[in-house]
Amino acid sequence: MKITSEQVDYVALLGRLDLTREEKQKYQAQLDDILKYMDMLAEVSTDDVEPMAGPVELYTPLREDEVKDSLPIEDALANAPARVGTSFRVPKVIE
Amino acid sequence: MANFYEMTAAELARILRAKEATSVEITQSVLERIEAIEGKVRSYVTLDPESAVDMAKEADKILGAGKGRPLTGIPIAVKDNMCVTGKRTTCGSRILGNFKPPYDATVVRLLKDEGMVILGSANMDEFAMGSSTETSYWGTTRNPWNTELIPGGSSGGSAAAVAAGEAIVSLGSDTGGSIRLPAAFCSVSGIKPTYGAVSRYGLVAYASSLDQIGPMAKDAQDVALMLNLICGHDPRDSTSVPREHPDFTDFLDRPVKGMTLGLPTEFFSKLENEDVAGAIADARRVFEALGVKFVELSLPHLDYGIAAYYIIAPSEASSNLARYDGVKYGHRAEEYSGMIDMYCKTRAEGFGPEVKRRIMLGTYALSSGYYDAYYLKAAKVRTLITRDFRKAFESCDAILCPTAPSPPFRIGEKIDDPIQMYLTDVFTIPVNMAGLPGMAVPGGFSKDGLPVGIQLIAPHFQEAVLIQLSAAFQRATDHHLKRPPL
Repeated sequence: MKITSEQVDYVALLGRLDLTREEKQKYQAQLDDILKYMDMLAEVSTDDVEPMAGPVELYTPLREDEVKDSLPIEDALANAPARVGTSFRVPKVIE
Repeated sequence: MANFYEMTAAELARILRAKEATSVEITQSVLERIEAIEGKVRSYVTLDPESAVDMAKEADKILGAGKGRPLTGIPIAVKDNMCVTGKRTTCGSRILGNFKPPYDATVVRLLKDEGMVILGSANMDEFAMGSSTETSYWGTTRNPWNTELIPGGSSGGSAAAVAAGEAIVSLGSDTGGSIRLPAAFCSVSGIKPTYGAVSRYGLVAYASSLDQIGPMAKDAQDVALMLNLICGHDPRDSTSVPREHPDFTDFLDRPVKGMTLGLPTEFFSKLENEDVAGAIADARRVFEALGVKFVELSLPHLDYGIAAYYIIAPSEASSNLARYDGVKYGHRAEEYSGMIDMYCKTRAEGFGPEVKRRIMLGTYALSSGYYDAYYLKAAKVRTLITRDFRKAFESCDAILCPTAPSPPFRIGEKIDDPIQMYLTDVFTIPVNMAGLPGMAVPGGFSKDGLPVGIQLIAPHFQEAVLIQLSAAFQRATDHHLKRPPL
């Protein structure tokens, strides 16, 4: 196996996914198959090849530093699952 | 006279300008068609007939005042991953099940400014991850040509709606083939423009270095009209490229005599399906009769496209989808203990199996110790694929190849076999990897009467070449005029 059940647990935690035991078993087997398929990339010689992040030459577009209207607070909060006043409500983080 | 819903946008625009019908009448025709067949096809996630009629009334006012633009009053379906202010935009997912964006995507603003009539949001694979529309939380869209088959994905709703007369034109998005594959499977025309040609502002992100919005329509003329509307620079998308685009309708009637099409030998060595091979052979004869020359060429790294794509796209997705945390918008789990558990349960409940699979794959590929072996390697292979195309275009104006390796398959056939599903995109993925424009055009029908698409690929920002070739092909063929027997 290219991927162990411990690695599946670890990756699920990194990805913030609470997976069931059945899901973990299924993904372990499927990820293993997929990663084996990816092995073909090892055949390709990529010495001295620059990696490509995207098709467009990225640059930092600059704009005038003008004050513009922001999203109104009520609009920004309209989709929130929970709110208090003008804030998003979240579970307590600091004990 | 044909029903309005069967006509092209260009035909309807002429009717509107001649005042032979109103946008309200055209919109009603499409809404009645939806009423009649949507139960069979299920192209839409959210329909908004009242809002559509209101938009049609506005369009009629604009037209009445003589201020109509080329697509004013034309009904359109928008894929469920483009933000429309105040209208549910779910991306085919439970996690955005009640999300009503507070702003318009740039493409949506362009449709509104044009006075187009938005009918509703078209169904799609969840977060555009899929090739069949089966991963949508809202259920599978059916292929209008045979409702036991998938319509292709991920923009399956956008393709099925146009094929079935439930929209005149539509918008889709294409990360690895998601416009071209369903266009081929539903026998409509669809283009993935060059990366950077159309703004992605307000498009729910899947894999940001590959995603691109594009139109789907009944023929090349309507695709050209839609490209005229949506191509252009947008300061709100930093990957949007500042450049002038031509009037694409200028290329519709240009002869193609003397142009050269490339046939990549690697694509054709994979052609096991007789129907697909037959459609390509037929297309070659059609183009040759129009005076097009053919050259064989090689894209040696093509075979590695899928492997590289299924590292890069899930890696970008695992990062992009980190925003779905149950805090600012979207679904939140009811029961949890603490913040991390809230994230984990929210995401476990909100995402479906394919999205979880790709988050797992992408998270693994980017995790400490694996980055070089997977992501970095794939990014280098991407460079090689792009170089292959650049070299290929030294000897041709565009490339001709299949869109999909087979005609549309049965619902359920590949859903539990990720690699088989991923291989459906073998002919479309390399185009996204290199950021090129690619267009799917109806190429005929299989022995069983199922649609088979052909694909044309051009160099960066040469969409006009694709329009020119597709329009010439459609003048010489009638595949695009056939409608499904619903």
